[in-house]
Amino acid sequence: MTALSALFVRDIKLAVRVGGGAGIGVLFFLIVVTLTPFAIGPDLNLLGRIGPAILWLGALLASLLTLDRLLTADAEDGSLDLILTGGTPLELAVAVKALAQWLTTGLPLVIATPFFGLLLNLDLRTSTAVALTLLAGTPALTFIGLIGAALAVSLRRGGLLLAVLVLPLTVPVLIFGVAASNAAIVGPLPFGTPFTILCALTLVAMVLGTFAAGTALRHAME
Amino acid sequence: MPIIDLANPTRFLSLAERALPWLAGTTAIAFAIGLNLAWTAPDDYQQGATVKIMFIHVPSAWLAMGCWALMSIAALGTLVWRHPLADVAAKAAAPIGAALTLLCLVTGSLWGRPMWGAYWVWDARLTSVLVLFLMYLGVIALWRTVDDPARAGRAVAILTLVGAINLPIIKWSVDWWNTLHQPASVVRLGGAAIHPTILWPLLMMALAFVLLFVTLHLAAMRNEILRRRVRTLMLMQAQAAPGSGA
Repeated sequence: MTALSALFVRDIKLAVRVGGGAGIGVLFFLIVVTLTPFAIGPDLNLLGRIGPAILWLGALLASLLTLDRLLTADAEDGSLDLILTGGTPLELAVAVKALAQWLTTGLPLVIATPFFGLLLNLDLRTSTAVALTLLAGTPALTFIGLIGAALAVSLRRGGLLLAVLVLPLTVPVLIFGVAASNAAIVGPLPFGTPFTILCALTLVAMVLGTFAAGTALRHAME
Repeated sequence: MPIIDLANPTRFLSLAERALPWLAGTTAIAFAIGLNLAWTAPDDYQQGATVKIMFIHVPSAWLAMGCWALMSIAALGTLVWRHPLADVAAKAAAPIGAALTLLCLVTGSLWGRPMWGAYWVWDARLTSVLVLFLMYLGVIALWRTVDDPARAGRAVAILTLVGAINLPIIKWSVDWWNTLHQPASVVRLGGAAIHPTILWPLLMMALAFVLLFVTLHLAAMRNEILRRRVRTLMLMQAQAAPGSGA
C-alpha cells in the first residue's frame, strides 16, 4: 500500500512540478474551443446547439496530449523496471499511475468546462451537464489511453501513431458522452439513460485498460 | 496435433506450396460459378439490378469481421500459447482484412446512393464498420512501426484483442439501434428471410470469398515467413561483415 501511495504522490509531484502537464492540456482545450467559432462562424444559436460536441472533442484531444510520456518516461529512466520487479502487482501500479494522470490532466479539463461553455453560448445548466458527463467520461479516456501508452513503450517512437491507435477505441465514450449532454439540453431522451451507459463504459475501461496495459508492459519489457 | 506440427515453419512452407495451386484453382472455379449465378439471379422487384451489389457487399462484410476474429484467435495464440506462426498469421491477415472492409464500405455506399439517396449516412452499422477499418489501419501501422517482429507481434496482439470488442457491436448494431441498415436476414432464428433464387448465389459467392481469403492468407503467410528469413540472413550478414565492430 505504501508503495502505491508513494508512486501516486511521485506522479502527482512530477506532473505539477515538471512543466507541460495540466496547464498545457487546459490551454490546448481553450485553443480548440476558440478555433471552432473561427471555422464555423460566430452564429451563437449554432454554437449553442453544437457546443457540447465541441467541448467533448476538445477534451478528447486534450486528454491525448501527455499520454505518450505516461509510461515511456518511466521506461527510459528505469523506474518502470523497478515497478516490474517490485512486489506490487503491476496492474495496481499502472492503475495508480492512470489515476494520477487523470487527476492532473483530466480533472482540470472538467473544471475548465463550465467557463469554456460560456464562450460557446451554453447556459449554466447545460455547461454543468457537460462538465458532469466529462467527469464521468474522462476517466474512460485516460484508461483507454493507458493501453496506448503501454503499447508506446515497445514502439520507442510513438507520438502520432498512439493517437491513431487510441482514438477509434474512444468512439463509444464520445457517442454516449455527447448523447447525455444533448439529452440534458433538448431531450427527448432522459439524461439518465445515456449517462449510466457512460458510467458503465468508464468502469469497463478501468478494468480492461488496467489489465491490457499490464500485459502489454510485461511483454514490452521482456 | 496438426497445429503443433505446423509450428515448424519449414513444414508449413512445404504444405503451403502444395496447397496453394489447388486452393487458387478451386477459388477460380467457385468465383466462376458464383458470379454466373449472381449474373443470372433475378432482379429485385424494388431495387432492380442494384441488388447484385449485395453479392459482393455481404460476403466481404462477413469476411471483414471474420478476419478480425481470426486475428483475435491468432493474438491468443501469440500471447497464451506462444505459437510461432500465430503472429505470422495475424500479420498476414491485417492487410487482407483492411481491403475487404474497404470493399464492403465502397460497395455499400455505391448501393446506398440510389437506394438511400446518399453515399454515406451516419448509421450505427456503417459507423462501426468504419471504425473497424480505422482499427485495421492502426494495426497495420503498428506492425510497420516496430522493427522486431516478435515485439511487434505481442503489441499488436493486445491491440487486436481490445479491438475485438467492436465485433459484437457491429453484429448487433442493427438490433440495438433502430438503424437505416437492414437487420440480419440470412443467419437468424426461423430461417433466412431471402428468397432462394437470391440466397443460393449469395452463399456461393460467400464460399468463393472464403476460398479467396484462405488462398491470399496462406500466400501472405508464406511471404511473411520468407521475408523474416531474409531479414535474419541480412542481420547475420551485417554482423559478420568485417569492420562491424561487434
